[in-house]
Amino acid sequence: MTPPPPLPDTIDATAALLADGDYLADRDLATSLFLALRLARPMLLEGEAGVGKTEIARVLARVLDRPLIRLQCYEGLDVASAVYEWNTARQMLEIRLAEVAGTADRDTLARDLFSDAFLIRRPLLQALQGTPGRAPVLLIDELDRTDEPFEAYLLEVLSDFQITVPELGTIRAPEPPIVVITSNRTREIHDALKRRCLYHWVDYPDAARERAIVGRKVPRAAEHLADAVVAFVQALRGQDLFKAPGVAETIDWANALVELDRTTLDADVVDRTLGVLLKYQDDIARIRGAAGARLLDSARADLAPAR
Amino acid sequence: MRPPADPATASVGGHLTDHVVQFARVLRTAGLPVGPDRVVDALRALQIVGVRDRRDFRATLAALFVDRHERRAVFDHAFDAYWRDPRRLEHALATLAPGVLEAADAPRPAALPRRLEALAPARLRTAVDVASPPRAPDIDATGTHSARERLRHADFGSMTTAEADAAKHCIAALRLPVAEVRTRRLRPDARGPRIDLRDSLRASLRLGPDALVLRRRGPRFVPPPLVVLCDISGSMARYSRLFLHFAHALTDARGHVDTFVFGTRLTRITHALRHRDVDVAVDAATRVAVDWAGGTRIGAALAEFNLRWSRRVLGARAVVLLITDGLDRADTGVLAAAMERLHKSCHRLLWLNPLLRHDGFRAIASGPRAMQPHVDALLPVHNLASLADLGRALADGDAIARRAPRRSVHCAPSASAGPLAP
Repeated sequence: MTPPPPLPDTIDATAALLADGDYLADRDLATSLFLALRLARPMLLEGEAGVGKTEIARVLARVLDRPLIRLQCYEGLDVASAVYEWNTARQMLEIRLAEVAGTADRDTLARDLFSDAFLIRRPLLQALQGTPGRAPVLLIDELDRTDEPFEAYLLEVLSDFQITVPELGTIRAPEPPIVVITSNRTREIHDALKRRCLYHWVDYPDAARERAIVGRKVPRAAEHLADAVVAFVQALRGQDLFKAPGVAETIDWANALVELDRTTLDADVVDRTLGVLLKYQDDIARIRGAAGARLLDSARADLAPAR
Repeated sequence: MRPPADPATASVGGHLTDHVVQFARVLRTAGLPVGPDRVVDALRALQIVGVRDRRDFRATLAALFVDRHERRAVFDHAFDAYWRDPRRLEHALATLAPGVLEAADAPRPAALPRRLEALAPARLRTAVDVASPPRAPDIDATGTHSARERLRHADFGSMTTAEADAAKHCIAALRLPVAEVRTRRLRPDARGPRIDLRDSLRASLRLGPDALVLRRRGPRFVPPPLVVLCDISGSMARYSRLFLHFAHALTDARGHVDTFVFGTRLTRITHALRHRDVDVAVDAATRVAVDWAGGTRIGAALAEFNLRWSRRVLGARAVVLLITDGLDRADTGVLAAAMERLHKSCHRLLWLNPLLRHDGFRAIASGPRAMQPHVDALLPVHNLASLADLGRALADGDAIARRAPRRSVHCAPSASAGPLAP
């Protein structure tokens, strides 16, 4: 097996590495990420939905050639589904077998039942058991969806990179994984957890960077179309919308327009494809028709001097 | 553990180290919680990144010193000022109250310096208040049964100052029965519906191979988060301070309470109300909100709440307490749309209306008429008795919600409530 690429040793190298994976990061994000890798700290990414928080972990795993272990958080996430679980069915079977054979006494049976063989590893435990030099990327996605007790549990995992299984003892990572935590900020993450992480707010990209992203992700889109798409979305974000479109929506929209064989934007096609960009009926009703046409005009006006 | 600061100090350079430490102190003064551990980390990080490029330097310090998006604006402002002329900035910040910036959620960068100046004298006032809290004249209304009874049913709007002070003490002692919602997390429960195989197996091993003990688990119940939206416009002036005391009592007892006030604009006062001393907390809250006893734009305020805050504070089945008389002269279309959106985004929307005390109250004014279809319950809050009833309504309402998830409009259960228009 070839060794994975080494961790980047400058900020520029970090940005270039991400760009290799088709992720165009701004300088601030590259700096935070570089520091997280060098200081072996978890990275806490907050931002609106669809700005590419989860994508960072995916790209990191790909360009660094490491396994990606993803833990999707949800309400009621518990140790059994996040960390480890005992294979109870097999344990029961083992007891029956021992009874039939009449061999094992109770003490050895108890010892054997709670051994490594009966342990089912869930994402957090898997992440602590990577091979040295190829420690996995651990993505803890949408941490704000779970509750405070789980956050408190994460404290031990993220500060010492170890997990205690009462029946088995403490399991320590030979090499800490690269941890990326994302949050949509539907509630505040506790300060104690934030202290262990490097924090970065992922913002909407500016026009130039978004244009470059569309160029990479939707290479089939005509130049004119991509320019217009980005200008329109940028103008749309300036409106008081319930949910402004993220980069993911921009890419979806550009793809949709390509599928419709469009090479330019006009008010009619904007109206008909608005559902790709906006996900609330209130927002769609506001932008559809005259307001959308006005935005399109102002977007065109912005583009004109650039040409 | 962590390496001592010395190596970092040595290689980054003593002068820069001093400045980073000093800058951290400045940030602390401005309300950013920057601990010494973060400073040591920052020095290590600077060692790795280097200090050639100003942008990288700023990004590095931000990665270590900022832990919340709202604080980035404060950081940027302090950074620009400090790394131009450290001494002048320190002088300017020395006059600031700690926590002032904390209270100003989502400050607009342009308005920030002005806000700093405007709030500077706050520190003096707070100091005085803490030294000698303005105690209410010691009227013991809790002494006799009849006095207490009278106070319980006295209308907030027509109370004397002394009675209002006594009422505040009663509010502080008020404990809402905690109405809990079911979570998807399990806890050991002898009569729970699920069998916990892991626990059962361990218990069985302890007892020997012949017995199989079944251990069970059931759902855990927790109090839902509360969001209080309180009207502080002119028509509510007689009530609003008392409701702030009420909000403080809630915050103190339950945690998970977010409080907003609105008149012509919306202000979040959650941080101010976190102070344990009720007088300090309410004073801080009144300083943060600037539009006391002015006009009302309920629709616009609720629309702003929906836009900026609902996704952040209405998670996890929040219950919203909307305290207002509903008298809004602006466009009712905006109001109705904002109410509908709010109702759809939260678990339960309770409208607490002090005007409901009047027996003949009907939703005739256009504002209340627009709001009424979108609430789960309309309750009176004009005296202590109705506040105590509120606890019961919260409990009952959640019991109903637990049995039948469909939303419906319940009328006030209390006999003291005025009848609604049929």
